[in-house]
Amino acid sequence: MIPSATTVSPAAPSRAIWIWALLPLVLLAVLIAAIVRLEPAARLRPEGMPPVERLKIERATLAADGIHLAVMNDGPDAVTIAQVTVDDAYWTFTSERSQLAHLGRTNLHVPYPWVAGEAHLVKILTSTGTVFAHEIAVAVETPKATASHLAAFALIGLYVGVLPVALGLCWFPVLARLGKVGMDVLLAVTIGLLAFLFVDAVREGFDGAAELAGAFQGTALFVGAAAVAYLGLEVTGQWLRRVRAQRKAAQSAGSVLALLIAIGIGLHNFGEGLAIGAAFALGEAALGTLLIVGFTLHNTTEGLAILAPIAKERPSIGLLIRLGLIGGVPTIAGAWLGGFVYSRVAAVLCLGLGAGAIAQVVVQLSRQVGAASTATGGGSRSAAQRFATAPVMLGLMAGFAVMYATGMLVG
Amino acid sequence: MPQLSRRSLLKLAGLGTAAGTAALGARGAYAKAARPEGGAGQAIDAMQHAAHTMGPVGRVGADRFNPTTYLRSWNFSHLPPAERARFYRETPRPDGSLVREFELFAVDREIEIAPGIFFPAWTFNGQVPGPTLRATEGDRVRVTFVNQGSHPHTIHFHGWHPPEMDGSLPEHQVMPGDRFVYEFDADPFGVHLYHCHAVPLKRHMHKGLYGMFVVDPKAARPAADELVMVMNGFDTNFDADNEVYALNTVANHYMHEPIRVEVGALVRMYLVNVTEFDLINSLHLHGMFFDVFRTGTSLTTSERTDIVMMCQGERAILETRFRYPGKFMFHAHQSEFAELGWMGMFEAGVRRDT
Repeated sequence: MIPSATTVSPAAPSRAIWIWALLPLVLLAVLIAAIVRLEPAARLRPEGMPPVERLKIERATLAADGIHLAVMNDGPDAVTIAQVTVDDAYWTFTSERSQLAHLGRTNLHVPYPWVAGEAHLVKILTSTGTVFAHEIAVAVETPKATASHLAAFALIGLYVGVLPVALGLCWFPVLARLGKVGMDVLLAVTIGLLAFLFVDAVREGFDGAAELAGAFQGTALFVGAAAVAYLGLEVTGQWLRRVRAQRKAAQSAGSVLALLIAIGIGLHNFGEGLAIGAAFALGEAALGTLLIVGFTLHNTTEGLAILAPIAKERPSIGLLIRLGLIGGVPTIAGAWLGGFVYSRVAAVLCLGLGAGAIAQVVVQLSRQVGAASTATGGGSRSAAQRFATAPVMLGLMAGFAVMYATGMLVG
Repeated sequence: MPQLSRRSLLKLAGLGTAAGTAALGARGAYAKAARPEGGAGQAIDAMQHAAHTMGPVGRVGADRFNPTTYLRSWNFSHLPPAERARFYRETPRPDGSLVREFELFAVDREIEIAPGIFFPAWTFNGQVPGPTLRATEGDRVRVTFVNQGSHPHTIHFHGWHPPEMDGSLPEHQVMPGDRFVYEFDADPFGVHLYHCHAVPLKRHMHKGLYGMFVVDPKAARPAADELVMVMNGFDTNFDADNEVYALNTVANHYMHEPIRVEVGALVRMYLVNVTEFDLINSLHLHGMFFDVFRTGTSLTTSERTDIVMMCQGERAILETRFRYPGKFMFHAHQSEFAELGWMGMFEAGVRRDT
């Protein structure tokens, strides 16, 4: 016989329930106070043990008056900045503060006559003589947020994000004449393209996460952002469909899907813009014409992806323009943000959001494959059955291959 | 180095032209817009101030170890007589020579080697370099060594001595808390050194266990302003590479506090190289030349030069007279060492007899 639980009666007054709910929290606070006061860990760390020092040079900017460094203490113990060397020479510097507590930040100014186009190695020595180095691979004056620089970044964003997507959208008349098999191939190509972008975003995200200060837990940040984006788009999609069903709008589910794809691609392009802007901001790149050409080719395929779900409908020109802008314009915003207020944390977050958004879109598109070729809709057959046709497989591979090939131009 | 993207822009910098020319001469609207207004992408402002901005920031506290005092101290002459007697005693012998008794102890101590940078050193008598020991050729030297450190140590003297006084073999190691008396005749005359020879040798050296041992010839050298100079380095992050180089431990000390000498007077520098990890070190004196007496074992000069190069453990006596009043820079002619702290100044003044 198992006695039924009667310790807390469901009929107990609500006040008692509140006490039970709060009691563990109060006890937890007492426990934490005891830990802080008694410092049990101190027994494991005898006196004279050197502190754990971890400095992160988050950003180096170059200006006419020398090198500026944004520094963060990523370690558990306080760190005191004692000296700075540039290319193995002690150099004068000024700092807002020399002692940094856990997660403390400061900006250093080193009036060093850096040499344009050459590399410099900056090192910070702490009071214990521990060395933290940061390489400036190519010294280029960091752009300031002047009107001409804003315009330049906007222009790059236009070349790289907006125009290619718009060009891709111009295929609409061709796509509109596709047959059922052609439609499936197109969807498959799009899934291939997006799958590539997903793999790419994950790789970049994890790389970026590894570069983050440990306290930010970059990998969790990336995965969390991806999940938020996936579920967020899922909810948004449901909501859009419900609203449109109520209004009995002429637009079908296809336009909703196209919008979701545009949002996903927009998030992805925002991350790309960040990377471009940041390369300049970090004083590490000289952008060539070839690179812009590469981005442009690469991103033209993104317009195709947005078109695929609405190819069989009659979308207005206005809708196409709106979709193009949603997909492309974030590149400009990303370039501005990356160029002038670059943050590695923001970059990882954006890459995560982009990856999650793309994953959600891939799932959405997959449900459509094969749907057009059967009267009852794709849902009645398993995904494996719908995908296991030669045209779809070829389309998937072609999409992936196109991205791979154009990616080579910029890789 | 941040990983930006698969489109790693960095790699692109290598495409086509060198990055510098790309930055300055790139084609397209962007490149034009990216050029700094009125500049050629250079640190113009910083250049104008460069001469004033080299070297570490701040000053090292001199209350524990003052490199200026160290220059002209030997046989604990910097201590008050009562305290000095604890570490140094001399007893005449019938033949006119002396028995010189020294007390040296090894102790772990954190020392400041550049402003704000503290090095967990192993020291002789709490200082790096250790106290300078000086005797005359033929004197009996008796050094009582007490190891108060946390590791086994020895004292290995350069000079003539029997093998049991060598302080080098495993059985010569003096364990923490133990003591040993080294005894030998001061021979030959010259500028020598002493250092710990416990293993691992490299670590016991670069942690700071070394000092100068000068043996004067029986017929004294001409009177001179004598200076003790030890070229050393510190590996603060233990990567077998020095982060700080110096003359007498403290980076750039003599830049802030020039060595004051007299125009026309004979200046004699006793110079030892105990730098670890780098095979050689050097001393270069601006605006003048000096006579070199390698190892100080001869009274005739072998060389007149303005740069003397030394391997690890090598030493020499340098003699010169300042011809002009004013400041004269001196430093390692390895620019890297110079910019990492091994740089200083002489300031020659005209003597005013009143």
